[in-house]
Amino acid sequence: MHIVVCIKQVPDSAQIRVHPVTNTIMRQGVPAIVNPYDLFALEEALRLKDQYGGRVTVLTMGPPMAEAALRKAISYGADDAVLVTDRVFAGSDTLATSYALASAISQINKDLPVDLVFTGKQTIDGDTAQVGPGVAKRLDMQLLTYVSKVRELDVEKKEIIVERRSEGGVQVLKTSIPSLITVLEGNNEMRFATMTNMFRASRYPVKIWNKETAGIEDVTKTGLKGSPTVVSKVFAPTPRAVKAEIIQCESDDPKELSVTLLAKMFTKYPKLEKEIAKRAA
Amino acid sequence: MSETTEAKKPAGKKKFELDDRLKAYKGIWVFIEHERGSIHPVSLELLGEGRKLADHLGVELAGVVLGAPGDAVRSFCHEAFFHGADLCYLIEDPLLADYRNEPYTKGLTDLVNKYQPEILLLGATTLGRDLAGSVATTLKTGLTADCTELNVDLDARSLLATRPTFGGSLLCTIQTLNYRPQMATVRPRVMAMPDREVSRTGRILEDKLGMVESSIITKVLEFIPDEMQDKPQLPFADIIVSGGRGMKKPENFQLIWDLAKVLGAEVGATRPVVQSGWVDLERQVGQSGKTVRPKLYIAAGISGAIQHRVGMDASDVIIAVNNDPNAPIFDFAHYGIVGNAMTILPALTDAFRVHLATVRKAG
Repeated sequence: MHIVVCIKQVPDSAQIRVHPVTNTIMRQGVPAIVNPYDLFALEEALRLKDQYGGRVTVLTMGPPMAEAALRKAISYGADDAVLVTDRVFAGSDTLATSYALASAISQINKDLPVDLVFTGKQTIDGDTAQVGPGVAKRLDMQLLTYVSKVRELDVEKKEIIVERRSEGGVQVLKTSIPSLITVLEGNNEMRFATMTNMFRASRYPVKIWNKETAGIEDVTKTGLKGSPTVVSKVFAPTPRAVKAEIIQCESDDPKELSVTLLAKMFTKYPKLEKEIAKRAA
Repeated sequence: MSETTEAKKPAGKKKFELDDRLKAYKGIWVFIEHERGSIHPVSLELLGEGRKLADHLGVELAGVVLGAPGDAVRSFCHEAFFHGADLCYLIEDPLLADYRNEPYTKGLTDLVNKYQPEILLLGATTLGRDLAGSVATTLKTGLTADCTELNVDLDARSLLATRPTFGGSLLCTIQTLNYRPQMATVRPRVMAMPDREVSRTGRILEDKLGMVESSIITKVLEFIPDEMQDKPQLPFADIIVSGGRGMKKPENFQLIWDLAKVLGAEVGATRPVVQSGWVDLERQVGQSGKTVRPKLYIAAGISGAIQHRVGMDASDVIIAVNNDPNAPIFDFAHYGIVGNAMTILPALTDAFRVHLATVRKAG
């Protein structure tokens, strides 16, 4: 059983701030973390490894500093780590990213055949959920998104049964491996890194692949050139023409402020008053 | 999942000329999503938005319906007409009874290759995201996820797809220039529901799927429907009371629940609050949670970062309570109280209780 887990290093978006005056992103000092959704995928892969044996390889594409994310994954118990990094990948959109990752997975597959590819359901910086499906299509693998549970895995028969979150319910699906699974959050919790694995992570020689070693056959399918989408404008949201009417009273008494607010609001929106009264009755 | 959008150069001001082979792509398509016998409302919302784009470009608006043969799929075509579509492409096949990636990807991809639409819109649901990512990769075209605004650039006949970026602190407009179709997904409740006009009709164009069950590897063994009763239904709630990090402690969140109870409202929260485990994930409002459009939205201890704003600023009336007079939430709320949410909320709850009792007595 060989599982490749695709992860991404992302800025901790909870700590990104916009400069109040210039409206630009303040990126200094924002820590880089492993995309939290990917940790659920990694944990699920490690559990399958515990149960069925085999190896877990973590893969990421990004700048050289993304190596830290891979070391983190090794400390949790992943066996191998590959960083795909090359200037030609800069500016890749999701289509170009899926091409580079699919090429790298094909290379990994040459050393040790890949049975499953896992990813998180989406990243917290792009939020697109597109790269997983893209990689599956490029590798002609069965695609199972939003999987909440792996019910059964038969390595001999190359069959897997999973529960997939869909609109209004859970689909139970059976498919053959190799397949690509995007793992839903919240159904497992990342284990603690053991001392042994932390030592291993610090010494582990992460495989660093450039476009040649990653098996990229067509450079025009990567980076800006290989990206159909272009960002034509980045801008701060426009405030409403009229700002909020700040409720003020002679005193700062919460009760007085509240009563004044309701009086003003319901005078302007009488329909709202009726509706709330009706439903709360 | 790389979107190193900051590394990209702007498209520039020089006049853009579309490749000749792509000029044949005409018309706006909306994928009509349905599961368990009814259309997902997001598809109808997209028809409303698609209608505007189609009128702008002077082209037709089409719905795409895939499903098992029967009256249901035909009625979905008519619903699409009622909500603005001029025509519907329909593939009926027993293999399409349940959603599976492989047959749905083939069906939609084949239709696109045959009829060549310039824009293809899908709902950003679990189904829509699964399908959109697969179809876009198969067609090798651009796809923009979770758009909050759609427009067209008439010169380039290009879709202007706007979405939040950088963890939601800014907005960016994304274009797919020399690739067709231009694909985008939009989350439920982001666009307004268009009027349903039952007098509207349209044409149905039927096609074949051309697959056999034995060629489809993934099988559906079972479908376990969700138990509906205790799941919060934020996207369709009329009144929502939400709390943010400014509530300071999980215990203080009780004040949010108290106010919600008096109003018969749902409780919402920001991402940090959900990540801290104070409330259920289902209650997260914002770019990575639910998009809501209630009649009244009360935001307590919420600063109003874009990440949250895009999920709720279509609310009819917004009340913000925050102790920071410069918090961005006051830029787009309708009413604001500057003060400590922990003292304002109980007073507000009381004021609503008294006021509503009076109204009820009078009415």
